[in-house]
Amino acid sequence: MEAVSLWGLGVVALACAVAVFACDSMARATFALLGSLVCVGGVVFVLGLPYLGVVTVLMMVMEMVVMAVFMVAYMMNPAGLMPMSMLHNKRGALGISAAVFASLTGAVFLVDWPQRRGSPPRDTTFQVGKALMGGQMLTMVVLGFVLLATMVAATVLALHRGRYDRLGDDLDRCPARDPAGGGVGR
Amino acid sequence: MTFELVLVLAAGLFSVGLFGALSQQSIVMIMMGIELMIGGVIVAAADFWHFLAPAAADGQVVIVVAVVAMAVEMAMGFAVTTALYRARQVDTTDMARELKG
Repeated sequence: MEAVSLWGLGVVALACAVAVFACDSMARATFALLGSLVCVGGVVFVLGLPYLGVVTVLMMVMEMVVMAVFMVAYMMNPAGLMPMSMLHNKRGALGISAAVFASLTGAVFLVDWPQRRGSPPRDTTFQVGKALMGGQMLTMVVLGFVLLATMVAATVLALHRGRYDRLGDDLDRCPARDPAGGGVGR
Repeated sequence: MTFELVLVLAAGLFSVGLFGALSQQSIVMIMMGIELMIGGVIVAAADFWHFLAPAAADGQVVIVVAVVAMAVEMAMGFAVTTALYRARQVDTTDMARELKG
């Protein structure tokens, strides 16, 4: 049963991954990527990690919906109505990725993998929670800081005009420099 | 055998993503390629956890790190795309050769 569902999920994941770069329509490419990553979550689920599998699926659904909005906003050919190539150095990229795939697959079958050690705990969610709040606490702290820095940096980058544009470098310009006048006392 | 086949799936996802990240011109499509590569890492980590070391939580922690990396990559990628587009109406990598504001 496990092997059958792994095969099914794996084949769909790979097919969707190829479809991402084969589709003309950007909306279709986004949803192909969603399909592929949902199958990745499914593989994680089947391998005995239900919590992380569901988290992956939920996160990917949200991410891909946000991505679809950005795709339509920024792509030159959002609906795929005008077939055009948006690739550069296709042959080189194909060669490099085929070589990487061949060497990774070769390594998978050549390496003498160790035997399975230990058995899975009864509650895998408890296992990861205990690790993150115990031995892997440093990882969790670093991830927290990384996420905080990402929130601040993404907001700063995406902001059109911040307070330093309005109030000057020392934040003491009065009245603020705004593109349109108006408001009290201006 | 299942262990090796799932690793091949991970290698396949990683390689398809690598092809996309190398060959696409659009910044958003490059990000999709990187997402696929991280998806391959997630599959490999779950595979190692399940088949080699289920008693240790390290495999699960790698998955958590990979999922966070995905979220961070998306957020920063879109922020950079927005900033770049606002500054010079550019949405492909070939048009953003010189990285000046």
